[in-house]
Amino acid sequence: MSASSDVGFHAQRHARWHYGEVAFWLIVLACGFAFPTRYLIMTDILRLALFAMSLDLILGYAGIVSLGHAAFFGVGAYAAGLLALHGIVNEPVLALIVAGLAAMVLGFATSFLVIRGVDLTRLMVTLGIALLLEALAERFSNITGGTDGLQGIEMQPIFGVIPFDMFGKAGFFYSLAVLFLLFLFARRVVHSPFGLSLRAIKNNPLRAAAIGIPVNRRLIAIYTLAAFYAGVAGALFTQTTAIASLDVFAFERSADLMLVLVIGGTGYLYGGLVGAVIFRMLQEVFSTITPQYWQFWIGLVLVVIVLVGRQRLHRWVLYVPNLVIRQIAGRKAVVAVPESDA
Amino acid sequence: MTIVLETQNLEKQFGGLRVTRDLSLKIEQGARHALIGPNGAGKTTVINQLTGVLKPNSGRILLEGQDITDLPVHKRVLRGLSRTFQINQLYPDLTPLETIGLAVSERLGHGGDWWRRMGTRSDVNGEIADLLARFHLLDVMNEQTVTLPYGKQRLLEIAVAIAAKPRVLLLDEPAAGVPESERHDILAVVGALPRDVTVLLIEHDMDLVFSFADRISVLVSGALLTEGPPEQVARDPQVKAVYLGEEAVNV
Repeated sequence: MSASSDVGFHAQRHARWHYGEVAFWLIVLACGFAFPTRYLIMTDILRLALFAMSLDLILGYAGIVSLGHAAFFGVGAYAAGLLALHGIVNEPVLALIVAGLAAMVLGFATSFLVIRGVDLTRLMVTLGIALLLEALAERFSNITGGTDGLQGIEMQPIFGVIPFDMFGKAGFFYSLAVLFLLFLFARRVVHSPFGLSLRAIKNNPLRAAAIGIPVNRRLIAIYTLAAFYAGVAGALFTQTTAIASLDVFAFERSADLMLVLVIGGTGYLYGGLVGAVIFRMLQEVFSTITPQYWQFWIGLVLVVIVLVGRQRLHRWVLYVPNLVIRQIAGRKAVVAVPESDA
Repeated sequence: MTIVLETQNLEKQFGGLRVTRDLSLKIEQGARHALIGPNGAGKTTVINQLTGVLKPNSGRILLEGQDITDLPVHKRVLRGLSRTFQINQLYPDLTPLETIGLAVSERLGHGGDWWRRMGTRSDVNGEIADLLARFHLLDVMNEQTVTLPYGKQRLLEIAVAIAAKPRVLLLDEPAAGVPESERHDILAVVGALPRDVTVLLIEHDMDLVFSFADRISVLVSGALLTEGPPEQVARDPQVKAVYLGEEAVNV
């Protein structure tokens, strides 16, 4: 093997599919058949996962912190609701794309505010934009329905063929398909030179500029793309629940998203997906045990995660599965690698 | 000889402090030019203005005859002005392979490519392999930069600057902080730079300066004290006074 092809091989190391990834998606798909009574919560997890993946794109890759990511989720949600309510775009997939584009326009416009300044400025600017939109949605109640939200949304069948059913089965597989396609796209993007340049900017913007990377242009591009993802997540919310209310813009939604990424980890795309699953399950478990104080336990879990370190936790969690696989498939095989070693 | 990099009456102030005073430098094509001066003379401030990190208050900077005073950092790099930093400025989480790969991709205009995977362009791969070999980084190309020994990081710092294929290379104390055992690698690499690359070296180490440079400018308190070939500068009584730490020289 020549040095050049050797370099090519190693440069694509992360871009190749691992067994663990294939297994992950097969398990997700299998859940759709294994738990036919739990479609609603599983769909909720998928939406949250997509939304978190959107934040991961800017936070985990480009290092842009945001406390107002719900702004794009909300715009996507209302856009999808209005499109369906007024019969402007009836076909859900097309409406999903249009809603995503609406959020994308907002993302592009606000990116110029966000790329200025440092972390604290960014937190405040993003938070401010989300609050602003929430207030606007409340003020223009003739369009948005105000505090009542958009009501009476009736979704047409997907592609004109597959109707949304009352058990949420179609909604689940529809959401899963959207999540998977957008995941594939994101995966492609983060392993491109563009994606790598984002990590470089996050690591050291000074050096990034000093090798010729147009830092601001790259940040604007990824922020705009992430807004599209968040908008699609919001549109999925409206389409699968048939409601859109003011809480799509809520601060809690943006804050929860940060928690999801703290649990799942950033910068490897699966963080948002894994985090969404764990976050919702924890919420379920804790609210069953103590309906009033479940937030206390979520808080405790977060503190533990931050103190112990996620990398160590991952290694512990993966210890047994890896041990089993090695027994069966030989010493070299691994099911999944902790994010630090991946 | 053609002048490849030039400053005209450069001025920079931080508040009331004049850190660059009416500085006019001319650097010839292919030169090995050293910029020396005591601590706090404003050498790095000059480099930061040349590369666009800082904007001068007045004066102009010309690269190959073109005014680049108002160009942002990344555009100067694409025009052939590249630098190393006095304190390593690398990407802690990235590997040498990724670091150099990115610099090469940006130069060849593939940096904004968001679809094609890293590592699938054979011209980029070939260049990465060459640079890794030249800078003794092949054996550590998949290690995270933060885990590399300091000497290797220093080599990477220079390799990244070279990956931009500069016509003018600004070296800001390339051997700073490198242990004696690894120093040789750095000096060899710097010495082996092709002659068509013009080098402006900033350095404290006088052995390195006098063995490397064919022209030396001495900066004191932000102003040019003297300039000339090494023998002449070495004999200059003003320079001796500055370096022996005697009375501040009136300029």
